[in-house]
Amino acid sequence: MSTPVLDVRHLAVHIPVADGVLHAVRDVSLTVAPGQTLCVVGESGCGKSLTSLAVMGLLPASARRTAERMDFAGEDLLKMTPPRLRELRGNRMAMIFQEPMTSLNPAWSIGDQLTEPFLRHGKGGRRQATDRAVQLLERVGIAAAGRRLGQYPHELSGGLRQRVMIAMALMCGPDLILADEPTTALDVTIQAEILHLLAELQREMGMGLLLVTHDLGIVARVAHRVAVMYAGEVVESGPTVAVFDNPRHPYTRGLIDCIPIPARSRPGVPLGTIPGLVPNLVGGMEGCAFRERCAFATGPCARAIPIVHGDDGHTWRCVLLERAPSLLEKST
Amino acid sequence: MSAEDRPILELRDVVKRYSVSRGLFASKRTLMAVGGVSLSVRRRQVLGLVGESGCGKSTLAKMVLGLETPSEGEVLIDGRPIASLGRLERARLVQPVFQDPYSSLNPRKTVASIIGLPLSVHGEGSSAERRGRVEEMLRLVGLAPRHAAAYPSQLSGGQRQRVAIARALILRPQLLICDEPTSALDVSVQAQILNLLMDLQSRLGLTCLFISHNLAVVQMLATRVAVMYLGRVVEEGPTAEVMLHAQHPYSLGLLASVLTPDPRLGLPETGLGSVFPDPLSPPPGCAFHPRCPLAFDRCRVESPLLLAHRDGARAACHAAERHAMVAA
Repeated sequence: MSTPVLDVRHLAVHIPVADGVLHAVRDVSLTVAPGQTLCVVGESGCGKSLTSLAVMGLLPASARRTAERMDFAGEDLLKMTPPRLRELRGNRMAMIFQEPMTSLNPAWSIGDQLTEPFLRHGKGGRRQATDRAVQLLERVGIAAAGRRLGQYPHELSGGLRQRVMIAMALMCGPDLILADEPTTALDVTIQAEILHLLAELQREMGMGLLLVTHDLGIVARVAHRVAVMYAGEVVESGPTVAVFDNPRHPYTRGLIDCIPIPARSRPGVPLGTIPGLVPNLVGGMEGCAFRERCAFATGPCARAIPIVHGDDGHTWRCVLLERAPSLLEKST
Repeated sequence: MSAEDRPILELRDVVKRYSVSRGLFASKRTLMAVGGVSLSVRRRQVLGLVGESGCGKSTLAKMVLGLETPSEGEVLIDGRPIASLGRLERARLVQPVFQDPYSSLNPRKTVASIIGLPLSVHGEGSSAERRGRVEEMLRLVGLAPRHAAAYPSQLSGGQRQRVAIARALILRPQLLICDEPTSALDVSVQAQILNLLMDLQSRLGLTCLFISHNLAVVQMLATRVAVMYLGRVVEEGPTAEVMLHAQHPYSLGLLASVLTPDPRLGLPETGLGSVFPDPLSPPPGCAFHPRCPLAFDRCRVESPLLLAHRDGARAACHAAERHAMVAA
């Protein structure tokens, strides 16, 4: 097997807050193979964005990051010097942020923002940088790319700005892209186009993609592997088809049930929901973090939950022996 | 017509134009945000309005709320032109729930005072009665009595949206306008809010205009669905009819772009491309033709009319019309 482009073992992120320590990410292990897409999915506050920021070394200054291993294409990110990290970031590993409205610099033209990483990493001269920018803008489906270089972010729509963000991440031909909710702010039609584009570019360039999202609909359609996060932990992970066909954690099941499906979900028939709220992650945490919201919780759930290993690297943290039942099926 | 049958909301050929400046010396240009829309919503019905950003659906909502005046045409609420209503009277009839519960609630007010504000503005009841109605509203939207004293910043996104719904419903308006009420929320929270709206709809018999860009969300609540494209309604009909037998290629594209959790399907080919036309210079003929996989010569010159096809559904498409003629 080739070296994974990203290999994270037992990552934890702790943030000191006023009333204790916030255990935002706890014992997260992920690997992304070249040319593969790993989707990290979960609700707001589950630690999925912090996980990707921890990989990029972009955590807030107060946060503490620990891990047993964190390798990027065989290089140890934990021991990496800041200059070496700066060499990699924006060059061999790039990030696409959620908000195309706020993550572009409003005072810089599109052309300057696109060419900056290319020039900064010494990939070539200004002429080459501009050529590559035009070529990539066309590649991401922006018409009249040459003219766009002189425009400013406020002159572009949300969909176009997100395309610019993608083109920018691709400028140096990265090995790994981390995309944090790249389509959440967009219309469904544009979302489908952007995801197509990412999948196609990934095939062409053989990049690894770590895509963070809250929408299992997206995960089902683009991921090779999926990691479901809850309260800072990966509660289930495995090949996409295995996780969707045979979800072993009730939380995964709950996330699948709450998606409305055209012509199948009927008016008046409620969608599945996950009752209750995400637990407070400040202070100690014992047992399954989901047990307060779980319809199947029993005594053993309050104790430490071992990771169960199934076929094909499908793993889960749940004491249930059977496939997670759907509460929807139960009620009807 | 009996009062029961009379539409609560009626739009008659509503047009909204904006004059857009292109610079200091350039002449102004006209942007047609809504280009002649006629729709009606009956009592206890929910009309789902679907379309991409910039299609005019929010402008339409603003006109129904009386926040914008139509350039042409009329908006009638319960049979009365909205232009003839005063501000307070209008607020009693129509209330909005907005997209972003993080910016639509006053961060310095408690939940109880946010929900109760419409009552005091309208001078309804004594303060004890008002308190009672706020408590009842909290229960109705699934919030606990202890939330009354909380500030919006202490609530989750879903709880905030419940507050916004309670505030909108406390005056018992005739018509509720929900403008993308779930698009700022997680999918799991979206399901809770949709379930709440469904429950309130059946318990209180709400009449509602429900706006979203996602057809799968709209179908949960809507009795009828209208699809808008570049300021016009391109398809309209009973929800099941539009979901199962959509005629317009744009409706089909919107349906195809809904990502269902099926790992074997891969990404959908919507066939729509991504080039949204410039609303300042809309394409001639059918505004959708540059993105339409079925476009033929007639589409490039002649704008299609909204024609009835089956079971009370209407579509504005030359290709669908031709197809129907061949089938007949």
